[in-house]
Amino acid sequence: MNHTSLSKKQKKLLRRIVLAGVLFLLLELWGPEGPLGLLLHLIPYGLAGWDVLWRAVRNIANGQIFDENFLMAVATAGAFGCGEYPEGVAVMLFYQIGELVQSVAVARSRQSIASLMDIRPDFANIEQDGAVVQVDPEEVPVGGVILVKPGERIPLDGVILEGSSTLDTAALTGESLPREVNPGQDVVSGCINLSGLIRVQVSKPFEESTVSKILELVENASSKKAKAEHFITKFARYYTPSVVIAAVVLALLPPLLGLGSFQMWIQRALIFLVVSCPCALVISIPLTFFGGIGGASKRGILVKGGNYLEALADVKVAVFDKTGTLTSGSFSVTAVHPVDMDETELLTLAALAEQASLHPIAKAIVAAAPEGLDLARATNILETAGHGVKALVDGHEVLAGSAKLLAQAGISAEVPSEAGAVVHVAVSGVYRGYIMAADQVKEHSAQALRALKRVGIRKTVMLTGDSPAAANQVGHQLGLDEIFSGLLPGDKVDRVEALLKKKQPGEQLLFVGDGINDAPVLSRADVGVAMGALGSDAAIEAADVVLMDDDLSKLPLAIRIARKTLRVVRQNVIFALGVKFLVLGLSAFGYANMWMAVFADVGVTVLAILNASRMLVDKT
Amino acid sequence: MKKTYKLIDLDCANCAAKMEDGIRKLDGVTNVSVNFLSQKLTIEADDARFDEIVQKAVKVCAKIEPDCEIVMR
Repeated sequence: MNHTSLSKKQKKLLRRIVLAGVLFLLLELWGPEGPLGLLLHLIPYGLAGWDVLWRAVRNIANGQIFDENFLMAVATAGAFGCGEYPEGVAVMLFYQIGELVQSVAVARSRQSIASLMDIRPDFANIEQDGAVVQVDPEEVPVGGVILVKPGERIPLDGVILEGSSTLDTAALTGESLPREVNPGQDVVSGCINLSGLIRVQVSKPFEESTVSKILELVENASSKKAKAEHFITKFARYYTPSVVIAAVVLALLPPLLGLGSFQMWIQRALIFLVVSCPCALVISIPLTFFGGIGGASKRGILVKGGNYLEALADVKVAVFDKTGTLTSGSFSVTAVHPVDMDETELLTLAALAEQASLHPIAKAIVAAAPEGLDLARATNILETAGHGVKALVDGHEVLAGSAKLLAQAGISAEVPSEAGAVVHVAVSGVYRGYIMAADQVKEHSAQALRALKRVGIRKTVMLTGDSPAAANQVGHQLGLDEIFSGLLPGDKVDRVEALLKKKQPGEQLLFVGDGINDAPVLSRADVGVAMGALGSDAAIEAADVVLMDDDLSKLPLAIRIARKTLRVVRQNVIFALGVKFLVLGLSAFGYANMWMAVFADVGVTVLAILNASRMLVDKT
Repeated sequence: MKKTYKLIDLDCANCAAKMEDGIRKLDGVTNVSVNFLSQKLTIEADDARFDEIVQKAVKVCAKIEPDCEIVMR
């Protein structure tokens, strides 16, 4: 992005402003009076503002009366009419400078938003009849094979056929750590291939690929307007006509009542006209929301509209799904309780017996066993689904499974004291202890929940279909305020309904799920957040806010971004209206001049845009 | 039917709001958005009369901001 470049139109305006400014300065040094002064002042005036005057005339012909150009034309012409030639020229000059700065500031913000969303791939290298051809990603058919070289952006979603590499997913997830990929794995469009050449079989057409979905979502986000935006639109509709009417009254009424000359009151009324444009608000408020949404998407948080950003800022109750959201959904060993042997020995025996099982708990035990197991030590492995495994290890019969499995062999098992899935082990008919496995709490969950409390979430709730024991264990470990377990998918909606009823007015309820099977709850909550959505269309569809990776600590970040956005919006509304009403008040009593009025118009607009552009900066 | 058009030289945010208002009032338009920031016009309208409605929308825009050009594809 080139920060110094102005468009052709902007350069032309700049030249006119400089030329008119120089002429104006020379005139003020010379100081001609009377008709000659009027004539000479008209030169820089016309030079600086001919387009404003022309547009004013043309727009009146089109029936647009309260148009900015018209108001400026009347105000400056009025100044000339009152004999204040230098003021007329200066106001026009100052107005045009403001317009120029404003157009540059908007263009720059627009560019930086565009660069945030610069994830659209430009081309795809497709294999056709043995040759590699560069084509538009939209032309690649499903099933086609594309080559992605190091440094290139993956153009379409697909599966790696050949080659391993690392991918930079930062543009989608905000995650800076590269992701390793190997043949057989899915890759999503929008990632940048960092290290190796990969051959990818395309699984979706371009319009349905992740990158298109994200772009569409973020672009459409501005059509779901926040309440603040609706307020501004409505306000603008009434503000300008009211101020113009007030100006007319101010120009006519006091002098008719004998409270001074027409000239004095007309001058004051002209100031009203200059202040009557609501531009500062009309530009800066949507820009702030758009910047907030853009800034969030850069961090891997997709917000589907300004209204959801507004709701996020007021979230006080956070409801979480357990599996896949707070926990990873995969089991690992949490405790080993051996009887008359050491822990490693028990784990090793169980792992040898369970080595071939596909059960998640068996896998967890194998993963927890010491490395370099001599798998051949176990023979005659026999698995009974739902109960466990019987095998010969080093010639001894090993049973590993439920208490029921051991009971069938006449061996009684201990009753575990903690919650979770359990595997009992017996060797040669003697009870040897048990191994506990549980769904693992995600690394960031505890930290994220603490951060949520810090940003002012009043209540955290966990909903799960799991048993109360398993739910309570996770719930207490993470410090959730309320836990509801043993729920069917339909019950979750009922729970959320009940929580919605209980919250205070003005508070928002947020639900976080992994987007699988919880679409009804996602849509029922005030703000539905789906996480780990990279590559999951269903989650992107159902949610209002989408966390692209499964890092829960993005949630407090999203709330902080939302609050900052609304803070900037409030600042701009108060600042712009404050200055405008102040200048209106001052001018009614004759304490304001045209300069202040122009500042209250374009100056405030520029400052509001600059304030809004803070949303584009990375810090939050 | 829903279609998006690019706008060139849409310079004033207030005009964008006025255009949106003007187009919304056209008969047959179900949804419209004029996005000042992305410089895009999105119209959702009756399939049968879509072209006619778009022509009218162009006229509305020309009245409000003659400098702004709608790119037809």
